[in-house]
Amino acid sequence: MSASSTALPVSANRLTKGQKTWINFKKSWRLHLLMVLPMLYYVLFEALPLYGLQIAFRDYSPADGIMDSAWIGLKHYIDFFSDWEWSNIVVNTVSISLYSILAGFPIPVLLALFIHVNQKKVLKKLTQNVSYIPHFISTVVMVGLLQQLFHTQYGVLAAIYRLFGNYNSPPDLFYLKSSFRHIFVWSGVWQNMGWSTIVYVAALSGVSQELHEAAKIDGASRFRRVLSVDLPAILPTVSIMLIMRFGSIMSVGYEKVYLMQHSMNIDVSEVISTYVYKRGISAGRQSYGTAIGLMNSVINSGMVILVNLIAGWLSDGEAGLF
Amino acid sequence: MENKETTVLTPEGMQTAPAAPAPVVKRKKNGKIRDTFGDRMLELFTTIVLIILLIIVAYPVIYVISSSFSSNSAIVAGKVVLWPVGFNFDGYSIVFKMDDILLGYRNTIFYTFFGVLIKMFMQITCAYPLSKMNFQGRKAYTRIIVVTMLVNAGMIPLYLVKKSLGLYDNIWAILFSGILGASNVFILRTSFRSSIPGELFDAASIDGANDFQQLWKIGIPLAKATISVVTLYAIVGCWNEYFTAMIYLPTRYDLHPLQLFLRNLLLIATAISSGNDPGAAQTGNTGTSSQQSGTEGLEQIRYSLIVVSTAPVLLAYGIVQKYFKGGVMVGSVKG
Repeated sequence: MSASSTALPVSANRLTKGQKTWINFKKSWRLHLLMVLPMLYYVLFEALPLYGLQIAFRDYSPADGIMDSAWIGLKHYIDFFSDWEWSNIVVNTVSISLYSILAGFPIPVLLALFIHVNQKKVLKKLTQNVSYIPHFISTVVMVGLLQQLFHTQYGVLAAIYRLFGNYNSPPDLFYLKSSFRHIFVWSGVWQNMGWSTIVYVAALSGVSQELHEAAKIDGASRFRRVLSVDLPAILPTVSIMLIMRFGSIMSVGYEKVYLMQHSMNIDVSEVISTYVYKRGISAGRQSYGTAIGLMNSVINSGMVILVNLIAGWLSDGEAGLF
Repeated sequence: MENKETTVLTPEGMQTAPAAPAPVVKRKKNGKIRDTFGDRMLELFTTIVLIILLIIVAYPVIYVISSSFSSNSAIVAGKVVLWPVGFNFDGYSIVFKMDDILLGYRNTIFYTFFGVLIKMFMQITCAYPLSKMNFQGRKAYTRIIVVTMLVNAGMIPLYLVKKSLGLYDNIWAILFSGILGASNVFILRTSFRSSIPGELFDAASIDGANDFQQLWKIGIPLAKATISVVTLYAIVGCWNEYFTAMIYLPTRYDLHPLQLFLRNLLLIATAISSGNDPGAAQTGNTGTSSQQSGTEGLEQIRYSLIVVSTAPVLLAYGIVQKYFKGGVMVGSVKG
């Protein structure tokens, strides 16, 4: 602030708008220079792909280029919705995602409250630091780990069976169709519940101590204070996290889904993103894949706006993201 | 602290209550007031929950580490429960002799080192001007970034653009991917703005420091905590990436990162060689000797692989950990 006002000449108000802009630019050209590479990046890797989105409505072939490929309108969407698989894929995507939110969203909030309420410092620290560890395990290793742990002969489950004197092999959970969703969701919860508490623990430590003192004088028990002081205080953070989570409702963690797929569970594990990858890149039907991907991101954006509206409406405009 | 407050307040509260006889305050041996029954139950309950959680998270981790040091026969026989059985380093010595793993390690270290350098350079240069409240054009730039955050063309248009730019089947395809995550830029911007007093920059500019010097001498050193946390995100992202490499390096086997080799070794190989394939799942899973011989010696190696590939990221986390509280809070609460 002071930097700009000291550098401006006294007669600044007599300068034309163009001259002012030029003076400002001369002062801050270094900052503009810093922005050149990032903006170039956004043009190349964000704006150009947006231009390429039009192939969703064209019959794109690399030889013809984008503009010269035939315009076919909504044909790709008609193709998709006449594919017998389509309802399956959409149902899988939504149900895996909703299941992930239902299981994975409340747990970190509860956990953060437990950590906040508990008074054993060593236990708190240990729980926090240990529960972060799984977050750093890569998707590939995580799926490999699941496969190992559920191995019918050498896995942990088999060991537990033997511990109780049962020498039959346990069910092969990793390869059972019916267990795919549960394994996917709960391994995700295992991996991320600790990490997701960071935000809430930070928000909880920001709760004003005066409120707690006042509640204590009024005779509130610790449980009462959790309900009436801590919970309302972190509600805005919770709602922002929930909005952002819903914004990605149609993009399940496809990297993990893809690795967990095999011929046995493909009926329940094919989601839109993996379908787009397989059709669009592996099978080379680029404009078809683009079309499905576009539909996906439109639904995603719609969800963000919808949930944001609902959150704002429920909290009288306080909890919305924008 | 909590207890001190109650000692002061409770006697008065008790005296005004007419029904209460002499104030009965239960005290611990050290003179502090005991918590009420309800508070103690809450403490007990949360303690139990946290301990259960600790076990759930820690047990698989310990099991994997122990197994990587155990003899293969002990793992196969299910003797490893918590601690290593038949302690040895065979798994690791085999893993470090596998050409694929060494190649993957080399490539991943390369991608992570240069990828993180590029990412951090770009994110900092993008975030710093945006943190300047009196920077003309700040709003326009911010708007562009917000739009890219909300509107995304998706996997295939990006694939076509990168392919036409020549970012395909070479190291640049990996190095130039996901460089400028909008959320990281905003986290850094917030920390430049809120953790550094504006007067410091003003003083520096009066002393004749230009914007570059201010960024280098004041901005980066003082936003160190947040920068290290964002660097950790970048390291983890680069190290664990497999999907980008799978899409953009279809034929260059020699450029594959560690994660792709791991995928071959951990996932594809298992499905073929062990009893864990779909066919066996259908036929009831009674282990036959042929299946067992197929995986002889492999279990320990698999666990060693898991440890070897995850340890570097955990090490990075350990180094950055002390900045965590400050650094993450800036981004999450205020940003």
